[in-house]
Amino acid sequence: MELTSIVDGTSAQIADAGDLEALDALERSSIGKKGELTLKKKELGSLEPDARKAAGQALNEAMRALSDRFAERRSELAAAAEATRLASERLDLTEALTEIRRGHAHLVTQARDRLEDVFVGMGFTVAEGPEVESAWYNFEALNIPEWHPARGSFDTIFVDLGEPEQVMLRSHTSPVQIRTMENQKPPIYIVAPGRTFRTDTADATHLPAFNQIEGLVVDRGIGLGDLAGTIESFVHAFFGHEVKTRLRPSYFPFTEPSAEFDISTADGGWLELGGCGVVHPNVLANCGIDPEEWQGFAFGFGIDRLAVMRYQLDDIRELVNNDVRFLRQF
Amino acid sequence: MKVLLSWLREFAPEIDGDPVELGETLSALGLAVEEMTITGEGLDGIVLAKVLDLSPHPDADKIQLVQVDSGDGEALQVCCGAFNMSVGDLIPFATIGTVMPSGMEIAQRKMRGQMSNGMCCSAAEIGFGDDHDGIMLLTEDADESQLGAPITEVLGIERDVLYDLEVNANRPDAMSVAGVARDLAAALGVPFSFPERAVERTGADASAQATVEIIDPDLCGRFAARVIHGVTVGESPKWIQNRLLALGMRPINSVVDISNYVMLELGQPNHVFDLDTLPDGHLRVRRAADGETMVTLDDAERTLVSRDGVIADNSDQPISLAGVMGGLTTEVTDTTTSVLLEMAWWDPPSISRTVKRLNLPSEASTRFRRGADWGDNIDRAMDRYCELIAETGATICPGQIDVPGNTPSQDFTTARVARVNSLLGTELTGDEMAAHLNGIGFAATVADDTLEVTVPTWRWDSIGGNSHEFEANIAEEVGRMYGYEDIAKTVPKGEQAGHLSEYQSDRRLVRNALLGMGCDETFPMPFLAPGDLSRVGLSDDGVTLSNPLDANESVLRTSLLPGQLKAIAYNQSHRISGVRFFEIGSVFLPPAEGELLPDEREYLAVALADSDATEAIAVLNALDGVLAFPNVRLFQTDDIAGMHPTRSAEVAIAGRPRGVVGEVAPSVLEAYGVSGRVAWLQLDLGAVLNGPHGRRSYTPVSKFPSSDMDLAFAVPEGTGADKVQGTIGKAAGALLAELRLVDTYRGEGLPEGTRSLAFRLRLQAKDHTLTDDEITKTRDAVIAAVAKTNKGQLRG
Repeated sequence: MELTSIVDGTSAQIADAGDLEALDALERSSIGKKGELTLKKKELGSLEPDARKAAGQALNEAMRALSDRFAERRSELAAAAEATRLASERLDLTEALTEIRRGHAHLVTQARDRLEDVFVGMGFTVAEGPEVESAWYNFEALNIPEWHPARGSFDTIFVDLGEPEQVMLRSHTSPVQIRTMENQKPPIYIVAPGRTFRTDTADATHLPAFNQIEGLVVDRGIGLGDLAGTIESFVHAFFGHEVKTRLRPSYFPFTEPSAEFDISTADGGWLELGGCGVVHPNVLANCGIDPEEWQGFAFGFGIDRLAVMRYQLDDIRELVNNDVRFLRQF
Repeated sequence: MKVLLSWLREFAPEIDGDPVELGETLSALGLAVEEMTITGEGLDGIVLAKVLDLSPHPDADKIQLVQVDSGDGEALQVCCGAFNMSVGDLIPFATIGTVMPSGMEIAQRKMRGQMSNGMCCSAAEIGFGDDHDGIMLLTEDADESQLGAPITEVLGIERDVLYDLEVNANRPDAMSVAGVARDLAAALGVPFSFPERAVERTGADASAQATVEIIDPDLCGRFAARVIHGVTVGESPKWIQNRLLALGMRPINSVVDISNYVMLELGQPNHVFDLDTLPDGHLRVRRAADGETMVTLDDAERTLVSRDGVIADNSDQPISLAGVMGGLTTEVTDTTTSVLLEMAWWDPPSISRTVKRLNLPSEASTRFRRGADWGDNIDRAMDRYCELIAETGATICPGQIDVPGNTPSQDFTTARVARVNSLLGTELTGDEMAAHLNGIGFAATVADDTLEVTVPTWRWDSIGGNSHEFEANIAEEVGRMYGYEDIAKTVPKGEQAGHLSEYQSDRRLVRNALLGMGCDETFPMPFLAPGDLSRVGLSDDGVTLSNPLDANESVLRTSLLPGQLKAIAYNQSHRISGVRFFEIGSVFLPPAEGELLPDEREYLAVALADSDATEAIAVLNALDGVLAFPNVRLFQTDDIAGMHPTRSAEVAIAGRPRGVVGEVAPSVLEAYGVSGRVAWLQLDLGAVLNGPHGRRSYTPVSKFPSSDMDLAFAVPEGTGADKVQGTIGKAAGALLAELRLVDTYRGEGLPEGTRSLAFRLRLQAKDHTLTDDEITKTRDAVIAAVAKTNKGQLRG
C-alpha cells in the first residue's frame, strides 16, 4: 500500500519531468543508489524470510516498473529535444547562395571523345600526329604528286620552312595514316582525330582551322563491303539505329575505289558526311606495306560539323571565340 | 559540269524516265547531282510584248512607268525597276495570274500609288541564263507579228532538265555531254552512239597549207589540225547560244561559241589560229626555253620555264601556251577569213604545272589536266566543229594534219577476278565484270579467272602505273557499274582490343581534373599576329605562314599565353570577370638543328582571371595528386618571360624543367588589355605525360591511434616553406603520417627578417599505439632539424 502510493507518486512525477535533468534527479532520488526504494531494499534484511521474499518481490517489481517509466520518459524527452533542435536548424533550400561550379569541356572535345569511345568500342586505337607536316606526308605518300590537280583543291596553308610549299599546316588528318603505316605492321585499326587547316576565310560556316577524324584499317582481304559495314556500324552507334548510310562513287587520290558516304536525315533526305575508300595500293607501297598481301580502307569526316549539326550552331566561329556564355552552355 | 537531258539524248535517245530518278542514277555513278532544274516550265502566261511608252514614276526614283502592248493592241501600265528598255523594244512580259518559275504569282498591284498590271522579265527570271541585270530584250529575236505569243514559242524553248554535276578529277570523260551520256546509258542499259557527221570538203588539202612538227613528243601525244576558209566572225545560231547559256557559258561569237560547244559536247578542247598570221603555216610543238616570253590572249606577257609547253611558229617564236591559253598575235579577229583548227592531246602533268605556276585555270586546261581523249574523239570533234562552222558559210579543206607524239601506253592489262571481288566485297563472275566494263567502253574479256582489259582512250586516269593500281582502277569501274549500294556490308574485326593509349587516358584524366576544378576548356586558333609573342616577353621566333589569310593570323604560337590572354580580355570586355580557363594544344617551336618540321609540342595551360599565384600552385598540386609525379619542385625566379617577377617559378618535374607557374606580369596583362591578376600555369604536357608519373605504391592503413601536433617556426625569409617541410619530413621519419603547412604570419613578435611558418604533423605507427616518449622524441628531433637545417626557431 505504501509501495503502491510511492510508485504512483513517482510515476506522476516522471510524467511531469520537463527535461532530462529533472528526470535524472528524480531517478536518482527514486531508484538510484541512494534512492528511496533502494534504501527500502536494504531494510528488507530485517524482515522474516517469508515476508522478506514477498516484500522483496513487490519492491523489485515496483523498481522495474519505475525503471521502465524512466526509460520511456527519457526517450520521449530525447525525441522532443531532437525535434526542437532540428526545427531550429531549418533551411529554406530555395535560398541557394553556395555554388560549386563545374568546368565545361569544349564542344569539339566532347564530340571527339565520343567518337573515340565509339571507335575504341569497335576495336580501334587512336593515333595522332603533328599539325605541321611535310609535303611527303600531306601529299606525296598519299599518291598526290606535285603536279596533281587535286593538290589545288586542298587550299593548303604553307609554312616558311624548307623549300617553298614543302612544309604546310596539314590539310587533312591523312598524314597520320602514313605515319602509322610506316611505324606499325598490319593489321592496323586506327582512328586519327585532330586539327586540320585550309585557306578558308573565317565566316559563319568556315574556319581556317577545324577538326577531322579519320579511320584506317589495313588487314587481309579488306574491301569496300567492309568499309560500308564499318561506317554503318559506327553511324548506328553514334547517331542511332534508325539512321541509314549509303556510299556513292567519288574520287580521292589516296583511295581506289573511292566514295562519299551519306547518312539519312529525319526528313527523308541524305546528308553527305565524309569521304572514304579502299586504300590505294600505291599508298600502301609508299609505307612499305605489300599491297599484294594487305588491303585496307580509310574514311574521314569533320568533327566540328557534328557539333554544329547537333546544336544547330548558326556561327561556327563560336567554337574558337572562347566566350564563356557559349562555352558554359554545353 | 552541267548537262541538258535533251543533249544527252542526242547520244542515247532511249534515256528516259523521271528526272529525279535519272538524277539519282547519275549520283550513284559518281556524277553527283548538285542541282537539278527543270527548264522551260512555269512560263505559261509569259508572252511577247512591245514597249509603247516610258515615263518617270511621279513618286519614286527607282521605278519607272512602262506602257506595253501584250498582243491586244491596248496600252497596259506596268511599274518596272529596270531602265534598259527603249520605246519599241520587244520583251518577255508576265501577265496577271502568271506563276513564275520562282513560284511568285503576278498580281495586279499598286506601287507608290501607280497601278502595275504585270511584270517585265529579265533573262534569269524566265530561267534563261544567269542574267539578272535589266529586262531581256528580244527585239532582234522576234518580230511584232508575234506580240502576245507565248515566250516559249517565240524563243523555241522546250521543256528540258538541267543537271549540275560534280565531276571528280578522275573522270576526264565526264567533262562532256557525250561522256555523261555514255555512263548513264550503260547504267540504264540503253544504247549509246555518236551521231554521224557529214562535212563537205573542198579546196586544197590541209597538209599543203600547214605543217606541224612535234619536237617534244612527251609533251604532246597527238596534234591534229584542219584548215578552214571563208570564216566569218558573227553571231552563232540561237540554238547554240541557248545551250551555251544553259550550261553556264556566255555566247561571244560564232567562232568562239562553236569551239565551246564542241568542247562541252565531246570534251575535246580546241583552238583556232588565224592562218594568215602563221608564216608558211608551220607549227613547232616543243617545251619552252627558260626565260622565253610570249604574250597570251589576255594581253599579258608570260615568262616561261622549260617545263611549259608551247606551240611556236616557223621562226620558233612561241605563239600559243600549249593547252593553256592561245597567243595574242595569232588570235582570230573580225578580219580573219582562214583558220587552222587545232585539236591535240597534252601531257596532263605538264599542263597542270603551267596552269598552277601561272594561275591560269580554264575550261580547256581543266580537261587537259585530267587527261583528254587521244583517240577517235579528236576526229569526231574535228568533224563536229567543221559541220557547225560550215553552217555559218565556211568551207572545210580536205585532209587532216595529224602528227603523233607519245600517247599513254597501257602497260598493265590484267585484273584478277578474285582480287576485284576482294577489293569490292562482291562475288561477281568474270563475265559479269566484263559486261559492266564493256558497257562503258572498256574492252574486257575473261580467261582463267582473269580479266584482260583494254582501257579506252578517254580514261587516261584508269591506265595505272603498276598492276595493283590497275586492278584497283578496274575494281572501281566494276563497282560503280554494279552499284555501291548493292555491295553487302560486313564488319571486319581486328585481333587487338580497341583502347586509348596511356597518354590519351592520362590527358583525359588531366582534363577531367581541371573541369572538376571549375575550369572551362578553351580552343583558340593557333595563329598569332606578328608581335603577339613579344608582347608576352617571348622572342618573335614563331614559325610564319607563307600564305596567311590575314596578317593577324600569320605566326604559329610558341606559347599558349597570348591565346589565353586574348580569351580573358574578350570575356572581360563583355563584363565577365573571374573566368577560369584551360587549354590543351600544340605549340610550334623552331625546328631543331637538322630538322625540317617545327618542334611541335602539346602544352597544357591554365589561366585563372582575378586570381593570384597561389591558385595556380594549388592547381599544380592538384594535378600532382592526379598524376602522381615522382617529384615536383618550384624554382622561384624573377626572370621568366612574361611572368610576374616576384610571383613566379619554374616547375621541375622529376628533375627536369617542364613549365612555369605563378602570375602573368602586370605589363603583359596591360599589353593585352586584361585587368586584375591572372594566375598562370603552363606545362609541356607531352613531356610530362611521357615522363615518369603515376607510379603509386600501397601502404596498409594503420589501425592504431594517431597523434597531432602543430609546430610554428620563425624561418628566415628566402628559405622556402617547401624546404622546411622537407626537413620536417626527414626528421619525423617513419612515424609521420601527414604533414602540411597550415599558417603563415609576418609581423610583430618575430625576429628581424623571418616569418612564421606553422606546420601540422600527424604521427602514427603502423604496429602499435604511440607512446608519449616517442611523440616527444619526434617533436624534439623535428625542432632540432629545422633549427639546424633551416635556421628556423620554434616559436613559444
